[in-house]
Amino acid sequence: MHIMKILVCISKTPDTTAKIAFTDNNRKFVTDGVQWILNPYDEWYALVRAIEIKEKDPSAVLHLVTVGGADYDVVIRKALALGGDEAIRINTEPGDSFYVANQIASIAKAGGYDLILTGKETIDYNGASVGGMLAALMDLPFISLAAKLELSGDTVTLVREIEGGEETVEVKLPLVVGCQKGMAEQRIPNMKGIMGARSKPLKVVEPVASESLTEILSFELPPAKKGVRLVPADNAEELIRLLHDEAKVI
Amino acid sequence: MSVLVFIDHSEGQIKKTSHEALSYGAALGKQMAVPAEGVLLGNVQEDLSSLGKYGIQKIHQLNQESLNQLDAEQYIRIISAIAESSGATVIILSHTNTGRAIAPGLSARLKAGLVTGATELPQTVNGFSVKKNVFSGKAFCTVSIKTPIKIISLNPNVFPVITGSGAAEIIQENIKLNPSAVSIKSVSKASGEIPLTEAEIVVSGGRGMKGPENWGPIEELAKLLHAATACSRPVADAGWRPHHEHVGQTGIAIAPNLYIAVGISGAIQHLAGVNRSKVIVVINKDPEAPFFKSADYGIVGDAFEVLPKLIQEVKKLKGLA
Ligand SMILES: Cc1cc2nc3c(=O)[nH]c(=O)nc-3n(C[C@H](O)[C@H](O)[C@H](O)COP(=O)(O)OP(=O)(O)OC[C@H]3O[C@@H](n4cnc5c(N)ncnc54)[C@H](O)[C@@H]3O)c2cc1C
Ligand SMILES: Nc1ncnc2c1ncn2[C@@H]1O[C@H](COP(=O)(O)O)[C@@H](O)[C@H]1O
Repeated sequence: MHIMKILVCISKTPDTTAKIAFTDNNRKFVTDGVQWILNPYDEWYALVRAIEIKEKDPSAVLHLVTVGGADYDVVIRKALALGGDEAIRINTEPGDSFYVANQIASIAKAGGYDLILTGKETIDYNGASVGGMLAALMDLPFISLAAKLELSGDTVTLVREIEGGEETVEVKLPLVVGCQKGMAEQRIPNMKGIMGARSKPLKVVEPVASESLTEILSFELPPAKKGVRLVPADNAEELIRLLHDEAKVI
Repeated sequence: MSVLVFIDHSEGQIKKTSHEALSYGAALGKQMAVPAEGVLLGNVQEDLSSLGKYGIQKIHQLNQESLNQLDAEQYIRIISAIAESSGATVIILSHTNTGRAIAPGLSARLKAGLVTGATELPQTVNGFSVKKNVFSGKAFCTVSIKTPIKIISLNPNVFPVITGSGAAEIIQENIKLNPSAVSIKSVSKASGEIPLTEAEIVVSGGRGMKGPENWGPIEELAKLLHAATACSRPVADAGWRPHHEHVGQTGIAIAPNLYIAVGISGAIQHLAGVNRSKVIVVINKDPEAPFFKSADYGIVGDAFEVLPKLIQEVKKLKGLA
């Protein structure tokens, strides 16, 4: 019987409540005091769905991959504490999405995975790009914005979000899926998982030659809000007048 | 050299986001002194030559019924072929569900640098760079694209639709379709409702609304304003409202002209999905609710008292009362 092989792509992002500030002439994000977390889409949706598949079919092999330096180890261990058999870290500064996709493609091609899951996007760069690029580089179908995934033999049934609604599609393995809300429910790693993660293999491999096609030049913060203009609760008329005459939005 | 704009459509209608993308593409073409062209896969009711009014010289069409449904790999293959044969140096899409499905694949296939979620016209005098949203709307960054072909997906509702006059030349493309790897089993589109990501006004409710039975006034206000309805995450999680209404860090990100938040505290993860709104109105009974810090206008008061009054005033404004 064919053994199902799943690869989940894991990235790290600042905690959702992290203060966003820049330094070095607005060229660098200030990382002091920032807590790093697993990108929520990778964790709650991609990884947990993969774990559920493995729970149903214990023969399935579940690998995690991350592209990043040693500072990614903490986050990938956290992912392993949730589940997965082993992790692979491609030891390089993640360049742009195309660079990251090329690195993952080299691992994915060699590993012969049936199902490759990514998050819908990273919540820091908001690229929403790596999954689609990876699929194109590997000549595989890509299902973006997937909210449900069911497996039956080598057929995958997915519900994906499209313009103004959703669509149910069927695709044969192998494929790449971008996961979002709906895929699975958030889980919290338990003590057994955390202890077990320490002995799971974390392979560090060197990057393949590739290039970035884009480069971040600078960051900026949006202009500060002027401050709220409060209207008394009994004067709804004034609020509507302001929205109509001043803000001109209704 | 040209700018090529991907034109998305649904139910025979060109999407509003594509009108924005066409206007953006035409403005960029003008800026770079190259023609702006469009590509439309499938067919629509309107006469494509009328798209000339956006400043578009040519429309490449592949008039195949099957292309009226999103088929990402097919789209990618066809758009790449048309981009290559027409000598496109910049490709513009909208950063919508369709754009997300195809822009990354196009980028990898053409080895063309991609910037998703652009918020402005690129700077093209010294290199080529474009501004985009990062940190879920909490910041911007400027990204330079270093490849000969550049791809940009434009955020909805950040660039105005600009119309003038003119007719576009229609070019019927003849590209063979491949059998599709993805078979579509069913499609469900919320008919009649205004899609959240396209709505210019959004009325949204949080846990302060107390329960699903209290959503009547939110829906009524939304209807009067031709607005879409949204909600905070706990509201969707509790099943008070459908999941597709959940906005925020883990739901959808929107950028309407007006966002009215009722009984929502304004947690940072909620803000991440709505902070790009042009004007934010907050109605909350707690004057210390964090949302007031990000609001333009606010009322400190009980939603159940304030909403009926607002509805009454909007009716007056619209001449309905
Ligand atoms: C990683 C992560 C991701 C998250 N992603 C999201 C996300 O995508 N979207 C999201 O929304 N949340 C998200 N959350 C949850 C978020 O942190 C908040 O818990 C949530 O937004 C709170 O929802 P709420 O404002 O509806 O409820 P509450 O925080 O309970 O606020 C209710 C508000 O209603 C007011 N109120 C009560 N009664 C009335 C009344 N009668 N009239 C007027 N006002 C009244 C209260 O003063 C209060 O401010 C996320 C959390 C985490 C940790
Ligand atoms: N450095 C990385 N290592 C591994 N996977 C990544 C990395 N960056 C992004 N991904 C994956 O690609 C998805 C989309 O990322 P992005 O295109 O950057 O928004 C993420 O949700 C991850 O699943």
